[in-house]
Amino acid sequence: MTTDRSPSPTGPEGPGPRLRAEGATLGYGETVVTRDLDFAVADGAVTSIIGPNGCGKSTLLRALGRLLRPRSGQVLLDGRPIARTPPRQVARTVAVLPQAPLAPPGLTVGDLVMRGRHPHQSWYRQWSSSDAGEVARALEMTGMAGFAERPLERLSGGQRQRAWISMALAQGTDLLLLDEPTTYLDLAHQIEVLELVRALNRDHGRTVVMVLHDLNLAGRYSDLLVAMRDGAVRASGAPGEVLTPDLVAETFGLECKVVPDPVSGSPLVVPVGVRTEEG
Amino acid sequence: MTPAPTPAPGAATAPAAPPPPPAGRRALRAGPVSWTWRPRTAAVALLVCAALAGLFVRALTAFDDYPMGAADVLAVLAGGGDGGERFVVMELRMPRALTGALVGAGLGLSGAILQGVARNPLASPDTLGIGWGASVGAVLVIVLGGSAGGVSGAAAQFGVPAGAVVGGLAAAVAVFGLSWRAGVSSTRLLLVGVAVSLMCANLVYWAMTWSDLQDAARAQTWVTGSLHAADWERVGTAAAALAVLLPVALAAAATVAALGLGDDAARGLGVRVDAARLVLLTCAALLVCAATAAAGPITFVALAAPQIALRLCGTAQPPPLTSALTGAALTLGADQLAAGLFAPTQLPVGVFTAVLGAPFLMYLIILRHREARL
Repeated sequence: MTTDRSPSPTGPEGPGPRLRAEGATLGYGETVVTRDLDFAVADGAVTSIIGPNGCGKSTLLRALGRLLRPRSGQVLLDGRPIARTPPRQVARTVAVLPQAPLAPPGLTVGDLVMRGRHPHQSWYRQWSSSDAGEVARALEMTGMAGFAERPLERLSGGQRQRAWISMALAQGTDLLLLDEPTTYLDLAHQIEVLELVRALNRDHGRTVVMVLHDLNLAGRYSDLLVAMRDGAVRASGAPGEVLTPDLVAETFGLECKVVPDPVSGSPLVVPVGVRTEEG
Repeated sequence: MTPAPTPAPGAATAPAAPPPPPAGRRALRAGPVSWTWRPRTAAVALLVCAALAGLFVRALTAFDDYPMGAADVLAVLAGGGDGGERFVVMELRMPRALTGALVGAGLGLSGAILQGVARNPLASPDTLGIGWGASVGAVLVIVLGGSAGGVSGAAAQFGVPAGAVVGGLAAAVAVFGLSWRAGVSSTRLLLVGVAVSLMCANLVYWAMTWSDLQDAARAQTWVTGSLHAADWERVGTAAAALAVLLPVALAAAATVAALGLGDDAARGLGVRVDAARLVLLTCAALLVCAATAAAGPITFVALAAPQIALRLCGTAQPPPLTSALTGAALTLGADQLAAGLFAPTQLPVGVFTAVLGAPFLMYLIILRHREARL
């Protein structure tokens, strides 16, 4: 990325957080994952949701992105319940990148990113000049402009994830929800994707919420951390406030020491050992 | 939202013109209407159209051994010719060629929709039981209607298509209902589809044992998928279905493309996934029902045409219009081969496509297996 560092633009007009869940009870089939959860997305920030497997972090993200309908309670976008907002309208404000999206074999990066314009198109208006601009900009922002004709299966893991993020960016939304964007990537590619996420926030003013597994990367690349356990938010705040030995022990059942990261100064969690579950 | 400051050197020099669409496409704009097209897909569609036109001309001029050249056929089309010539062209060759082309187009289009929605190249009305379901409905009308005084008049005109539509939709509902577990997995869909196909095929043969010899013979001809009995009514059935459903399928192409990325990604793009899938599957099932009503179950066209079109166009998902054209050309070509290869014995086109299609199905399965291992 060769973009200049302009001061981070803050969230747009209107008071209060643009996207929030109120008393949301979420689940699949018979299983209830979270009960009566309140959550507000901090505008203009990069927020990472962390927590052990099955704590409900992906479920919460799916509900925020309208992929999952709350059993009770609601998710509000700019003050309107998203369940009662037309899906295309939601998709023009919030872009979601699900955990394991599928690409038909042979799909090129350009074709994929063009599909991000779907919420803005109709059967007769499939390629307006704003579509052209947004797709070109989305490819540019992720550094994928040179790969537009390349099929996805012929990209590295990090490039492929950047292509998917381009598709979400082409939706032209202020809010970006990423479900485990670094899963299955080796460390260098994880850094590549997270640097991109930070640039999208700092240089292009996107509000980002993501689910991450790696605590140290979450601490390094996020403005805010939200720690979840058993479907409830246990702590939220700046990485230094959330990544403390006590909270990590309580949330993950992991005994650890926290030291400053020698590169970025963000908290670095060094595991000591796993605590056996107390009764 | 405000455009981000991206200091791309190329963009600064040409500020007015919007960038061209990627992925081998060209833009087409007129007022509020804007579209993209791929030169390669357009070229393939034109080529297939040319092949289709050639096959159509051959079907009109040299289909049977009645000695009529191009000049005689042209004379008939212009309003001339004697009674016999008029009969051969307007009542035999023309309806047969038109039915073949329209049925093939409907099958190709329905296969393109099903393969896109199920995200599986093996999905087709043949493997999902819709074609055999339609056959059950139609054969029941032939057999039961026959014993009640012969299929004629209204029963023949509306009964068989209606039976095919009811049977095909029932099979589609059964297959999708049985394979639904908070979403459709394509493996489960295909397995249930094969089971329903087999059940329906056996129902067809069972129904034929109830009937008297004449009905059974008629049902038998119909069940093998034949254009032999094509007439203008059947042309009408196939044309009406295509006229309504082709625009729907073309308008929904972007939705099929979004569904190809998985349910969650499609939802994220603002697609009402369940509603869209219901509309698309109904559309595909109705196309098959109309085709089956007009010509009986012609197998493998719906499976092969979209895959051939996809490979020729180099797209990731079957292109709907080119798939329809390919289906039309395949069916017309197969009918001419089936009728001509073992002349004077005429094979039903359905038998011929089945023989050709089986190796193609194996090829797809092997290919998919290989891709899955990569």
